[in-house]
Amino acid sequence: MKRCTFTLEHTRRLTEDTYELVLSGDGASVTAPGQFVDLSLPGKFLRRPISVCSWSDEGLLLLVKVVGDGTRQLVRSVPGTVFDTLSGLGNGFDVDAASGTPILAGGGIGIAPLYGLARVLRQRGEPVTAALGFRTAADAFYLSEFAALGCDLMVATEDGTLGVKGFVTDLIQKRPERDYVFTCGPLPMLRAVHALPQLRGGQFSFEARMGCGFGACMGCSVPTADGYKRVCKDGPILYKEEIVW
Amino acid sequence: MVDLSVSLAGVPLKNPIIPASGTFGYGREYGELYDLNILGSFSWKGTTALPRPGNPLPRIAETPSGMLNAVGLQNPGMDAVLSEEVPNIARLFQGPVIANVGGFSVDEYVENCRKLEDIDQVAILEVNISCPNVHAGGRNFGCDPAAAAEVTAAVKAAIRKPVFMKLTPNVSDIAEIARACADAGADGLCLINTLLGMRIDLKTRRPVLANRTGGLSGPAVFPVALRMVWDVYEAVDIPIIGCGGVSSAEDAAEMMLAGAAAVEVGAANLRDPYACKTIIEDLPAVCERLGAAHIADLTGAAHRR
Repeated sequence: MKRCTFTLEHTRRLTEDTYELVLSGDGASVTAPGQFVDLSLPGKFLRRPISVCSWSDEGLLLLVKVVGDGTRQLVRSVPGTVFDTLSGLGNGFDVDAASGTPILAGGGIGIAPLYGLARVLRQRGEPVTAALGFRTAADAFYLSEFAALGCDLMVATEDGTLGVKGFVTDLIQKRPERDYVFTCGPLPMLRAVHALPQLRGGQFSFEARMGCGFGACMGCSVPTADGYKRVCKDGPILYKEEIVW
Repeated sequence: MVDLSVSLAGVPLKNPIIPASGTFGYGREYGELYDLNILGSFSWKGTTALPRPGNPLPRIAETPSGMLNAVGLQNPGMDAVLSEEVPNIARLFQGPVIANVGGFSVDEYVENCRKLEDIDQVAILEVNISCPNVHAGGRNFGCDPAAAAEVTAAVKAAIRKPVFMKLTPNVSDIAEIARACADAGADGLCLINTLLGMRIDLKTRRPVLANRTGGLSGPAVFPVALRMVWDVYEAVDIPIIGCGGVSSAEDAAEMMLAGAAAVEVGAANLRDPYACKTIIEDLPAVCERLGAAHIADLTGAAHRR
């Protein structure tokens, strides 16, 4: 963890409720895809944990879905706004821990950390298959960004307005040779992915309402097969074999 | 040069700033961020005889100027703390430690405290009779003067270390509880624990916290804590650790003026992991502004006219 400040450079609206925020600052404070930052917002006591979409030495890219007051305030911030930030939080995805043939599976705003993961994997010269799910075509975002990385991209929408009609799990099942998953998305999706028999292992990114974000308050600890774990410090990535629902 | 040292029931502290129980774990996370030896002491996570998993999620909710928590006293249990945390604390921090102890019966409080009697680094026992999250637990003791006195007397009879009773604010007259503890032999008091509160999610029409209610902390509770410290200082002659919403060196000074001999900092650590470090660094300048060469002179000074 590192405490630093990030300055908002610009904000781009991606869908009705989802935004891309470009921040300048010490992006090297992030050490792995799937880590998150905890941003302090004026007038809010608790920081807001936001998954890192991508990072460089010069700054961060965050994808933010408006789900309440804090996220609304965040996306309405004007360029030049400085955020007091705890950065490089959480364990992040461990690409070296993957066994078998991996697939990336993201649902909605959960695709954010998978973009950073895909970038890391592509930089290592590895082929990446990404299965992305959205409710409807109007909710879809970042498809061209994933494609630009050279990913083998599969898309599903619940109403069939874009890509395959169905869920991320349907996409994964179209690639039965894929037996390891990196995934992030809403809880029901994670649960359905976890239940797929073709997957022998995987890394699942969880979210939680957090107090501190760095492991001190026990506000986000969840039971696992390996005892209680703090989503903020021991996670947000939990491994398939340790997850209990 | 301002003298920041204070004394709590004979235990010397290099300064009055103490991270509050439940916001500092057993020191591990903060020990990665700064040298804990700058602290006066720290109060470890409330520890019960058996491991406790705590409450279901969500356990945390935002409030105006504060937060609610319903962690539910999650802790690894006294034996694991003794074998794994106590040796690690000794590596991170060489000062006196305050051991926060929970319990669900008078016997459990006594047994937990006995196990700490021979741990040299534990200088003070802080007996939590006030956690509002555990239905079967501490709350009942802290809301009833007779029960609070019973726990105090039983623990005092069993051990020699100084015993501070940590009081709940969720009572109509905290001075009455404080007097009951003092009369039963408490060496000091720590107040306040969190204020019982709740939030409802407008979208789901359900309480935000899975536990329905939680404990309110943060700047929102500071004036309440300050008033209670004032009232208790008037009611008893034993030292008080003031706790509740302290976020700055100015708040700490205010708490001492109300009657606190030392000050615990809680929720502020969660928002800013360096909060205690900043407060300690700012204290000398605040004391100088107040004309206090020795910070201990601030204790209760607002009561004197």
